[in-house]
Amino acid sequence: MSETIIRKMQMDEPDERRVLDLTSQGLIGRPVTRPDGPAKVAGTASYAGEILPEGTAFGVLVRATIAKGKVASLDEASATAMPGVLGVFTGERFLRNPAQGGADAAPVQGASEVAYFGQPIGLVVGETYEDARHAAYTMGVTYEPADDASVDLDTAKSERPDAKQLDQGDLDAAMAGAAHGVDVTYTTTPDSSAPMEPHASVASWDEEGVLTLRGSYQMLRHNRIELADALGIETEKVRILAPFVGGGFGSKLGIAPEAVAASIAAKALKRPVVVAMTRQHVFEGTIRRSETSQRMRLCTDADGRLTGFGHDSKVSNLPGESFSEPLAMTTHFLYRGENRRIGHEIRRVNRTCAGSVRAPGEAPGMLATECAMDELAEVCGLDPIELRKRNIPDQQPENGTPYGTRLLAECLEEGAHRFGWADRKAPGERREGEWLIGMGVASAARTNMTAPASARVTLRADGTALVETDMTDIGTGTYAILTQIAGEMLGLPADRVEVTLGDTDFPPGSGSGGSWGASSTGAAVMLACEAVREQVCLRMGVEPSALTMRDGEAMAGNTRRTLEEVVGDEPVAATGDFEPGSTTEQRVMASYGAHFAEVAVNQTTGEVRVRRMLGVFSAGRILNERTARSQCIGGMIWGIGEALTEDLVHDPRDGHVVNRDLAEYHVPVNLDAPPIEIAFLEELEDWGSPIQSKGIGELGICGSGAAIGNAIYNACGVRIRDFPATPDKVLAGIISEEEAGRLSSGQEK
Amino acid sequence: MKTTLSINGSGHDLDLDPRVTLLDALRQHLGLTGSKKGCDHGQCGACTVLVDGRRVNACLTLAVMCEGREVTTIEGLGAPGALSSMQKAFVEHDGYQCGYCTPGQICSATAMLEEAKQGWPSYVSDDLESRPALTREEISERMSGNLCRCAAYPNIVDAIEDVAGSER
Repeated sequence: MSETIIRKMQMDEPDERRVLDLTSQGLIGRPVTRPDGPAKVAGTASYAGEILPEGTAFGVLVRATIAKGKVASLDEASATAMPGVLGVFTGERFLRNPAQGGADAAPVQGASEVAYFGQPIGLVVGETYEDARHAAYTMGVTYEPADDASVDLDTAKSERPDAKQLDQGDLDAAMAGAAHGVDVTYTTTPDSSAPMEPHASVASWDEEGVLTLRGSYQMLRHNRIELADALGIETEKVRILAPFVGGGFGSKLGIAPEAVAASIAAKALKRPVVVAMTRQHVFEGTIRRSETSQRMRLCTDADGRLTGFGHDSKVSNLPGESFSEPLAMTTHFLYRGENRRIGHEIRRVNRTCAGSVRAPGEAPGMLATECAMDELAEVCGLDPIELRKRNIPDQQPENGTPYGTRLLAECLEEGAHRFGWADRKAPGERREGEWLIGMGVASAARTNMTAPASARVTLRADGTALVETDMTDIGTGTYAILTQIAGEMLGLPADRVEVTLGDTDFPPGSGSGGSWGASSTGAAVMLACEAVREQVCLRMGVEPSALTMRDGEAMAGNTRRTLEEVVGDEPVAATGDFEPGSTTEQRVMASYGAHFAEVAVNQTTGEVRVRRMLGVFSAGRILNERTARSQCIGGMIWGIGEALTEDLVHDPRDGHVVNRDLAEYHVPVNLDAPPIEIAFLEELEDWGSPIQSKGIGELGICGSGAAIGNAIYNACGVRIRDFPATPDKVLAGIISEEEAGRLSSGQEK
Repeated sequence: MKTTLSINGSGHDLDLDPRVTLLDALRQHLGLTGSKKGCDHGQCGACTVLVDGRRVNACLTLAVMCEGREVTTIEGLGAPGALSSMQKAFVEHDGYQCGYCTPGQICSATAMLEEAKQGWPSYVSDDLESRPALTREEISERMSGNLCRCAAYPNIVDAIEDVAGSER
């Protein structure tokens, strides 16, 4: 093979060539089914804990049962005396909690200092899973509990980092002098990512001291560095494999305790060790989304134009964690208002680590902002859609940066038309027996992000293409879209492109997080293919501008050759390197949309059922209409969970997660999901990525819960400001409305 | 404890710790990792397999209890290149994302169609006597024991409706 060519691009200026519009295979945007689909439906796709090398031993984690203190002793002797137990492992390299996304360093380490109830403090390894489990669950542990555990949010020490505050103009004066305003506080409960595949790692070491870890991780380029750092070995000595990942939603962004525990045990025992977290471990020993309290102060002039926008939030995390739920992500740019205050307070508590759960910031942040906008529309006497359209800024209201593509108004208008918004009635006016029916709307917005990414593309002797990157597919459709991009660029049908992912021996992709995977790693594949095309031109002796590639043939002028002929016995390989650049400062870039929901509220029980939803989105180039739609549907149903059912409960005495299983923590089930319509508005964003796409994986959850909250209000006049809107809260509101004479009791009908 | 399990039509002689669940027997002792462990508590449905044609949670079933019964796993329903109609419909309708709950969804859906054919009512059926029409609501209710955190639910219902329609 000839030497690999490297094609780099740093995004310092828009790429207006629109390369994917110049090719002619016709794969881009098409609803191609997933190439990984047959393996998934047949059960042959292998997830982390499933390929067990000969002689693999089984490890089960031991959890702390105090909120804070020291582990005085683990009763190793009793455990190792049990049948089949091979060893008990603990120590200063154990992880307290997972690394935050992109940390590139180990998180806080040390199993002897307990910082939260449920922290992994040891690992029991046995010949069988049953042996290890029994010993782990009966492990004798003694503690020296600290007397200053902080589990109560109200008394916890707090911080207000300067970099996370903003004070522009005079919000107090604007509120005092405004024609209309609302000053309301919203609260949301902690949530859990709860991916269907619990975190699992299989660790094995070879004779050269190279560790191979088959894990369930989202961002391998970072996870490799984090794991090496945690173990105190060189990064080059770590290989991570994750060809299939059973969901992540943020919980698998950073290396987690089970990976380090498995690696330590495997090294000591000189045999492979698998550690799969139990569902309970996932709930308490990985990450949670912080609970939030958000004071919204919004005010307008007489025409409903925002003059002030305040968003003061309180969140929590463990001591020493840099991450704090960035609730004002979209607040900075979504609506106008010259007087602005963004406050952010972080309370330090001994509870499960807070981290990035799908759409960190926007998911709970837009629940508050979009419900507050609904409240503001009412006091202004404006339709909620009209209020939003009047307040779309001309430029970023804090620093004047121009916007990239932004079809927010168009999404709202298109959605209103499709959903039948004009038929919406006043609260309490639409009734079907004991059910009150209402409609709600919310804007959707998710900051567009990209990340460094590399991928290698090889055109092989048999006229097929191979794509290699350590990028992951966590259900998002990476296998499909990278197949389409390579096929489009090289003129190959989808079945002549092979995409291999999830191996750190390959060039480092962006990883899956922040909705940046497609735009970043997709760009790297496109760049690599551009370089391959140039090599094809050289071999054919034609100009790149004259080249057409389609259905396995390269054509230029009156030359036409099959790719097998062009390649001969010398495959063409190239690596694409994509880097974000200064365009992120030159343009405010985000994906946008509009959410519509219709709910039925039972006046007798307070139960809320979502009847139908619509999402209209604009997210740059849509690479695969089928998988893009699936991402949006999934996100919108997450919004149902956020609005109605999901509530991770911490015991007020010791902070432990009370509902650490899927029977007590209520993710939406099939019957909770109504028919959902998705529409995409066409646009191309040249400033973000050379493939003109923007992030879509998290867009669906941004605002969908608020549309449900607003629909509840429209149904029954009850404004829920404490999510989730469980029946007890809704019913209490209904009773108040009835007693105040604002809602007729269902009996008359 | 010696036991013989009949899995996907083949007999397997095993010597198992009596604590081994059917799910762990499949995954750890027989290399049939298509059945997934999502919770190990019968709360998520990812481990759903068919025992004598009925859907069960393999994590709540001890392996030694299955002697003399016929166990069908996702591997027994079809393979890449020879997929069952339900498996094909899941691919066509994008009835999955990460794929981890998918084998359980497909085993569950396959058995659910049989239950409906036999006239079993569900929580959302209007009456308990007549054979229920397999509406979207009926399908959703009957599939609500199989969690999908990616929330591919509408597509899962589309896939099942497709198969149910063509079998009618």
